[in-house]
Amino acid sequence: MKYEVPIGPIHPALKEPIMLKFTLEGERIVDVDVIASQNHRGIEWIGMNRNNPVQSIYLSERICGICNFCHPACLVMAVEEAAGIESPERAEYIRVIQGELERIHSHLLWAGVAAHELGFDSLLHYVWMVREKVMDILELINGNRVTKAIIMYGGVRRDIKDEHIPKIKRMLDYYKQAFGKLAKLFLEDKTIKMRTREIGILPYEEAIKLATVGPTVRASGVKKDVRQDMPYFAYPDFEVKAITPDMLTGETIGDTYDRIIVRLLEVKQSIEIIEQALDEMPPGDILAEPKIIKLINQIKKAEGEAVARYEAPRGEDIHYVKLKSGFEYLYAWKVRAPTYINILSWRPMLLDMQIADIPIVAASIDPCLSCTNRVVIVRNNKEEILTADDLHRLSVKKTRRLLR
Amino acid sequence: MIPKAFKRALWVFHVNSGSCNGCDIEIIAALTPRYDVERFGIRLVGSPRHADVIAFTGPVTSDMADKVKRIYEQTPDPKVILVVGSCGISGGVFHESYHLEGPIEKIIPGAKCFYVPGCPPRPEAIIQGVIKAWEFLEGVEKK
Ligand code: SF4
Repeated sequence: MKYEVPIGPIHPALKEPIMLKFTLEGERIVDVDVIASQNHRGIEWIGMNRNNPVQSIYLSERICGICNFCHPACLVMAVEEAAGIESPERAEYIRVIQGELERIHSHLLWAGVAAHELGFDSLLHYVWMVREKVMDILELINGNRVTKAIIMYGGVRRDIKDEHIPKIKRMLDYYKQAFGKLAKLFLEDKTIKMRTREIGILPYEEAIKLATVGPTVRASGVKKDVRQDMPYFAYPDFEVKAITPDMLTGETIGDTYDRIIVRLLEVKQSIEIIEQALDEMPPGDILAEPKIIKLINQIKKAEGEAVARYEAPRGEDIHYVKLKSGFEYLYAWKVRAPTYINILSWRPMLLDMQIADIPIVAASIDPCLSCTNRVVIVRNNKEEILTADDLHRLSVKKTRRLLR
Repeated sequence: MIPKAFKRALWVFHVNSGSCNGCDIEIIAALTPRYDVERFGIRLVGSPRHADVIAFTGPVTSDMADKVKRIYEQTPDPKVILVVGSCGISGGVFHESYHLEGPIEKIIPGAKCFYVPGCPPRPEAIIQGVIKAWEFLEGVEKK
């Protein structure tokens, strides 16, 4: 007997409305389908029809509030290449620091969500408490906790001042200490190991076939990282190496546990990158063209197209931009966010797993998605939203029916 | 002014109607130890049927409009809406987009709404919004 259980698009702690349809045989998942359009806000259209290119930076920040540096950075990179704008060396370093701070905050955020999915709420609270330290630093250097409005065509808008550096270093020291504890909590805890080892496996070949990106693909053993393969900003100076789980355990399985390892090691890697960047940051200007009006005119006159790749916390982000001389907006703008690609890997991961594994496996690719106790039933093409109560009632009904 | 003691714990149901996650992570930040609103009994619940307050984030995309409406209907009275973030208040950066039905006010006319502006608002602001909603609910109860 096959059942179809659609989950979403509204979940209690959900960050992205999305809908999943599972076909089940008892507890076993035999098919997975993803329906995603609930979060469509027409951002590219706004960038091509309403906003001037500078406004589009702040708009692209709101593609995702968690990766709010990677999208504007990627857009800026594409426009800079198309319009031939160069940014000063110091700005490139500050961009690297911003990017890595974002990676720390995003990976910790994910670790908390993953702990929550496993029902380990005290760990969620601990991790989010640890995360507040990096939020403080982000606030210190950017003036805001979440959306930062730091990047600009041809540089960055705010400098990292000398008085910030000791505070940032203190934060890094704090994380180095916390790292040991986090690694112990996540990697040695029996419950977490039981719930994640050999769960949601994405084999090497499958990962390549689906063109997965970011920590998801690295956890399957593919050494793929834009910072290593096609370094941008000041990354050529850092020699970033893609992190795979065998660096810690000596083997790669490609399961949820491996994805935890990769993200944890990446936090460590980010700490090292920031440290090096702080030491080597050259003095100088931070903006090539401080006058915004002039900058807008320069971009308006420019003609060309470019594709930019950026290693966001969740994987490779791609922006395509086309500029046409005399055109007020971006002539063409296409965004391909990492989750869009990674979502497809849910199918191989979830096949043959149990319903109870859905939350953690779904969360393991870091899609900004949390578990649910609400589902949508599709009946005669009409959707009904059920709450936990309804579900419980249905379940009782079913038990009675089966008993009869 | 916050009354000295509340009569009951306030339960919040959180709905993302197409937001950018910025507001959502700040809501969770408000729940976790730094701000820790759970100590007042404020917590997120998994069903609108248990909730006193519905916290909406996001500009309400066309796909979500009917769901937003249905969730409001499922919540028992007395209820208030807390709109977190500028995009739920006015569309924010997404205003004029072709795929929006929002803001919330337009979808659920006549509902009692409290607004927390900001893009995203700080956790402190979200907490203040929740407390405003709470005071309102206490007032309703007195009557
Ligand atoms: S108000 Fe701003 S931060 Fe909040 S969801 Fe909307 S766009 Fe994102």
